[in-house]
Amino acid sequence: MGSLKESAVSGSNPLDSPVKQIQIDGLVVLKIIKHYQEEGQGSEVVQGVLLGLVVEDRLEITNCFPFPQHTEDDVDFDEVQYQMEMMRSLRHVNIDHLHVGWYQSTYYGSFVSRALLDSQFSYQHAIEESVVLIYDPIKTAQGSLCLKAYRLTPKLMEICKEKDFSPEALKKACIGYEHMLEEVPIVIKNSHLINVLLLDLQEKSTVADKHELLNLSSSNHLEKSLQLLMDRVDGMSQEIVKYNTYCRNLTKQQQQKQQYLQRRQQENTQRQSRGEPPLPEEDINKMFKPPQAPPRMDTLLIAGQVNNYCQNIKAFTSQNLGKLFMAEALQGHSS
Amino acid sequence: MSVHKQVARTKIQNNSLNSSARSPAPNLPIGRASSKISDWLIRVVAVTDTRPPTSARGQQHESHGDLRSLSSSLFIIILHFLYEIMAVHGPVVKIHPVVLASIVDSYERRNEGASRVIGTLLGTTDKHSVEVTNCFSVPHNESEDEVAVDMEFAKNMYELHKKVSPSEVIIGWYATGYDITEHSVLIHEYYSREAPNPIHLTVDTALQSNKMNIRAYVSSQMGVPGKTVGVMFTPLTVKYIYYDTERIGVDLLHRTRASPSRTNGLTTDLAQVASAAGRVQEMLSTVLSYIEDVLSGKVMADNSVGRFLMDLVNKVPKITAEDFESMLNSNINDLLMVTYLANLTQAQIALNEKLVVL
Repeated sequence: MGSLKESAVSGSNPLDSPVKQIQIDGLVVLKIIKHYQEEGQGSEVVQGVLLGLVVEDRLEITNCFPFPQHTEDDVDFDEVQYQMEMMRSLRHVNIDHLHVGWYQSTYYGSFVSRALLDSQFSYQHAIEESVVLIYDPIKTAQGSLCLKAYRLTPKLMEICKEKDFSPEALKKACIGYEHMLEEVPIVIKNSHLINVLLLDLQEKSTVADKHELLNLSSSNHLEKSLQLLMDRVDGMSQEIVKYNTYCRNLTKQQQQKQQYLQRRQQENTQRQSRGEPPLPEEDINKMFKPPQAPPRMDTLLIAGQVNNYCQNIKAFTSQNLGKLFMAEALQGHSS
Repeated sequence: MSVHKQVARTKIQNNSLNSSARSPAPNLPIGRASSKISDWLIRVVAVTDTRPPTSARGQQHESHGDLRSLSSSLFIIILHFLYEIMAVHGPVVKIHPVVLASIVDSYERRNEGASRVIGTLLGTTDKHSVEVTNCFSVPHNESEDEVAVDMEFAKNMYELHKKVSPSEVIIGWYATGYDITEHSVLIHEYYSREAPNPIHLTVDTALQSNKMNIRAYVSSQMGVPGKTVGVMFTPLTVKYIYYDTERIGVDLLHRTRASPSRTNGLTTDLAQVASAAGRVQEMLSTVLSYIEDVLSGKVMADNSVGRFLMDLVNKVPKITAEDFESMLNSNINDLLMVTYLANLTQAQIALNEKLVVL
């Protein structure tokens, strides 16, 4: 089902991408959860590096390590050095030390941003099969693990390479906000020994199941999601206004150019009829400088983000509708 | 029998390593201990008593003499039971599942020929409990007579980890395998330099008793003061604690047990609600079958369970039909409106996209 969605959303042939499935070890899931829980309270994102290897068309993620937060007092903190040290040390204990991607936590689904795009582009440029794992802690706390893997589509990769974000280039490439990121289906795998451990834990631990998934209260979450959506839609409308003014300026300028040319022609014919030398041809382009085309990348990002928010909201509402109907059944009233 | 108990009690009082054992106030542990000790003593004496059984009183006198000669070995046994009581008084070790998964993973990746893996435990300590939240493995070489641990590596890794989570400190170390060997003592000494009173955790990955035994120990001094002092590992109670999100993650991981390829995909939204509803339904059917058993007389009725059942039935709120209708409808309307708006927004941006491209 995931792959169907992928081909529908991205529009590109799923056989194009080198990675068709992601296989994550249970350990990685637990580590990501723990990292956010301990270090990521509030709306700050936590990030880390994923380690693993590529097997045929699967990307196996076997371990990960977190990145420290960027703080102002760590000016001389060298990220690259930290990474190198970590990977060297992990190699000694036989942990896969191949970089295959990175993970990030998100706040209510807002992760489509310039920073993410840049990071993922640099990763994907260096390592072809890398992915970014987005972990949504708030949705996870509501009942079930929310972990998604994304890659940049090849079209977007090319655009980023050119660094040309003008409207003409984007029009040529036919990129829509839907074709920016493609989602890769995830599968969780555990070794036998870990399964034994899980069995043991289940027997011994006395933590009761809290059933957060069946929680009926939805207004808080809805409110926040809608607030974020409204902000983005506002941003989007601003971008649209900018683009519209640009278009209008462009057409006005074209008209002005035409008028100027016509006037020139008229004057020249008049002068000719009067026997005077024609006026020198002036460089039109210098007189009418074309207006700056606004970069379309931000609009694309905002559109993608809005799309993401909408999808999340729809999923949330469908879940809640189901729960409401269940509550109705419990009351014993038939509709 | 009473002689045994008296001797046991005096021994405990004389060799008080735990102040609570000295005072007569906590009679309960002593009572339990004394009954255990008396059982054990009788067994030991019976095994070592080779003389043919005489009358009851005669046996007691003989045993009295035996007891004196057995005092040094009984010393150890009594202390052993004493430490078992002490285990309840030591700090409680709370482990997060991520630590155990890490340990198992590093065991699976061990070098050829290494029979066990060791590593450092990180976490936080409290007055009565120790919470283990992270760990990393440390390469080491172990042979018959010597053990070499890469201390540089351990220090380095700890520094790196501290950069990410500055609140975690070294609280001990772990080893896979069932027993505590002499090498463990040496390693433990090293770790006692790093942390005050370190914890030693063993995870039995070889599954010796068909289970993965996870135990925690603290070292304490043992021996006659003034003469050779030894080290003894006393067990501690181990508890597993989870953050909420961790529990949800572990629940998901449990499902990999069922599938033959040990893999499991993440489910879609409505399917999740359906599975949660399914779980509740299962629980309800279990409760129902119990009730039916009680009603038909097969099982004895238990009052506490009955009280829980009352709670359960009363939890469904009693609302009049109209109120509930209106509440339900308003909620459904809200959700539907939001869905409609979301769809509208999506259509809008799609349209905008197309217009720009024209």
